[in-house]
Amino acid sequence: MGFVRAFLRNPGGMIGLVLLVGVIAVAIFAPLLVPVDPWEMVGAPFEPPLSPDLPLGSDTMGRDIAAGLAHGARVSLAIGLASTLAAVLVGVVIGATAGWFGGLVDAALMRIAELFQTIPGFILAVLLVATLGPSLAHEILAIAAISWPPLARLTRGEFLRLKGRDFVRAAACQGERPAALILRHILPNALAPIIVTGSLTVATAILIESALSFLGLGDPNLMSWGYMVGAARTVIRQAWWTSVFPGAAILITVLAINLVGEALNDALNPRLARGRGA
Amino acid sequence: MNRRDFAKLMLAAGAAGPIPFGITRAAGQTRGGVLNTVIQPEPPILVSALNQQAPTLTVCGKIYESLLTYDFDLTPKPGMAQSWERSPDGLTYTFKLFPGITFHDGSPMTAEDVVFSVTKALMEAHARARGTFSRLASAEAPDPLTVVFRLKEPFAPFLHAFDATTAPVISKALYENTDLRQNPNNARAIGTGPFKLKEWVKGSHIHLVRHEGYYRKGEPYLDEIYYRVIPDAASRAVALESGTIQLTQWNDVEAFDVPRLKALPNLDMTTKGYEFYAPHLWLEMNTRIAPMNDKRFRQAVLYAVDREALRKRVFFGLGKVATGPVSSKTRFYEPNVPKYEYAPAKAVALLDAMGLKPAADGKRVSLKYLVPPYGEMWQRVAEYVRQSLGKVGIDIVLEGIDVGGWAARCGNWEFEMSAPWTYQYGDPALGVSRSYISSNIRKGILFSNTSGYSNPEVDRLFEAAAVAQDDATRQNLYSQVQKILVEDAAVAWLMELDFPTFTNKHIKDLVVTGSGVNDTFARAYRA
Repeated sequence: MGFVRAFLRNPGGMIGLVLLVGVIAVAIFAPLLVPVDPWEMVGAPFEPPLSPDLPLGSDTMGRDIAAGLAHGARVSLAIGLASTLAAVLVGVVIGATAGWFGGLVDAALMRIAELFQTIPGFILAVLLVATLGPSLAHEILAIAAISWPPLARLTRGEFLRLKGRDFVRAAACQGERPAALILRHILPNALAPIIVTGSLTVATAILIESALSFLGLGDPNLMSWGYMVGAARTVIRQAWWTSVFPGAAILITVLAINLVGEALNDALNPRLARGRGA
Repeated sequence: MNRRDFAKLMLAAGAAGPIPFGITRAAGQTRGGVLNTVIQPEPPILVSALNQQAPTLTVCGKIYESLLTYDFDLTPKPGMAQSWERSPDGLTYTFKLFPGITFHDGSPMTAEDVVFSVTKALMEAHARARGTFSRLASAEAPDPLTVVFRLKEPFAPFLHAFDATTAPVISKALYENTDLRQNPNNARAIGTGPFKLKEWVKGSHIHLVRHEGYYRKGEPYLDEIYYRVIPDAASRAVALESGTIQLTQWNDVEAFDVPRLKALPNLDMTTKGYEFYAPHLWLEMNTRIAPMNDKRFRQAVLYAVDREALRKRVFFGLGKVATGPVSSKTRFYEPNVPKYEYAPAKAVALLDAMGLKPAADGKRVSLKYLVPPYGEMWQRVAEYVRQSLGKVGIDIVLEGIDVGGWAARCGNWEFEMSAPWTYQYGDPALGVSRSYISSNIRKGILFSNTSGYSNPEVDRLFEAAAVAQDDATRQNLYSQVQKILVEDAAVAWLMELDFPTFTNKHIKDLVVTGSGVNDTFARAYRA
């Protein structure tokens, strides 16, 4: 369990983990913590924080900011995780195929990945959501579409590195099928960097989701942090709390995931950790 | 707007700010001075005969004129016509023009130009004007100061079709036998209005200056008008507060900013001057789709939405709850119609009576609401409606969409609910009947009868009222039709929208007609 010990010894990672667990807890227990529909107009518009029943104040339509934050956590985390899972799945399959087969297959797949990488990611996401229409599924699709190429390249690199190793050759000599070689021998050894990159992709996905919602391209039926900041943007002079709290929520969550990702990287990559003297 | 643009704007305003020399007094008004205001978004072209988008009409109101203008109660007043006459059979209208009217290029404006504009240019390029002027049997100019229109059959609101946004007059010499949209004179924007185009720096400002040859002696009082492009609402509010701009109109200021700006000592606010347009907002339900084909369902929707709270919460007290299809600002409004107060219990009873029982999750039916993509306000209206209807078990799913998509899907009936708003143009025959009569159920056309509501009695009454001669008869017919439509809940009328016009206290007599900020500003002056 050297990995766990290495992780726990990283102060940044611990802070990140605590914050992240807090955000996840808020997301899970949102209906218990703030038993108010985030869309329900419970008070007067622009009530400041610490008003009765409105600990974080209310927005332009008198909706509870605290309820918005708690329910927004679900949306942000769900979209972050779902789109990252989709990106990892696509990225690993394409990367593994390219790395394993090499040659023409590799060249073709990597050109496709490059095609996606040369288009500015956020613009592509905006384009996809604007064309397909703003909804939860389309947001996940758009974020996954711009997030998979780095994962594919990473996986391909690992496969290229590992497939010539002696233990893989030995397994091949023993007559293991290619599928078994990939799944039992190469993939487990390539997993560490994929997990690290994947965790950081979650943070990016949350940011992209917030940016899309900020621009009004989020699912209009879901209360999300980006939507809250976007709707509050024009009233920042009257009611700072309407944009500051959701903005802080985005900041804290993304920071937490990044800290955890960094710590994972250090813990999963012992050589690097030793090099730093940690 | 970035910081450098803003600095430029401040500089330009500072340079243009002080009132120049040569101030003269004409009947108590001060001559001279500059009006700085805002136009948002920037118009694509400055020819209102060819483009009728809202910003185009606001700027072009200074550049082009028509035969008439309208008072706050929509009584016709002289525009370029000093007098007019209707024949007893209601078929012939004769207008006498003011003498000495000239275009901005110096050429005289005559009855021939009016005839050309109405029968050729507008018929080709202006859909709404075409609706009225296709009723003409002939238009003639017996002499340079007389225009005679003959109708195929009587059309009562004919006199309300001569405002500058419906029937702007352009020059026959410049436009006859040309491709109107490609005509190079479009860039010069030659009209007869009190202000002419001096310079248009795209993305920055439109600069209008006094038309020295204006036929109303002494007018206009102002020397210059700058329409500045300021895309960000917060920057517009700051510019207004600081006095950099002295006028905002329509949607320039966000509703939540209105109470704050209203309280400032250097600003005046009025909601007058939109009477001719009387913008009317409603929740439209596609009656081709169950359960919206049942009038009990539509009535339940009206009972379920607290429209007074909507007015306070979303519009911050601006506007008025709409009682029916005709705005109280429009002619022939009937106040005595069935009332739908906020009564969720009645809504529930109606839905139960229909047999629309709630499922285990409390939802009776789930409907999609196509959110109009014109800004935050309409998003909030949608959110408000969703919350209200959710409480009586009508589940609303909001659908976001872009501008082109919204227009196409509404026009093609590919929607369940949406919330359009339209202008009424002073008369139910011009701006109201189009949303309810069966003959205007036309696929592909936005702001036609897109809900698909159809009632032969309503069709008959609207048709009779459009051709009736005297106002008492028309009032009677329109009162009947309003009662039927409200009883049927053809759509769920939400609001008579009001827009705040903010002016700096130095600016006087700016809003003087029912067209308000779209009018000429010939009599506006700096005190």
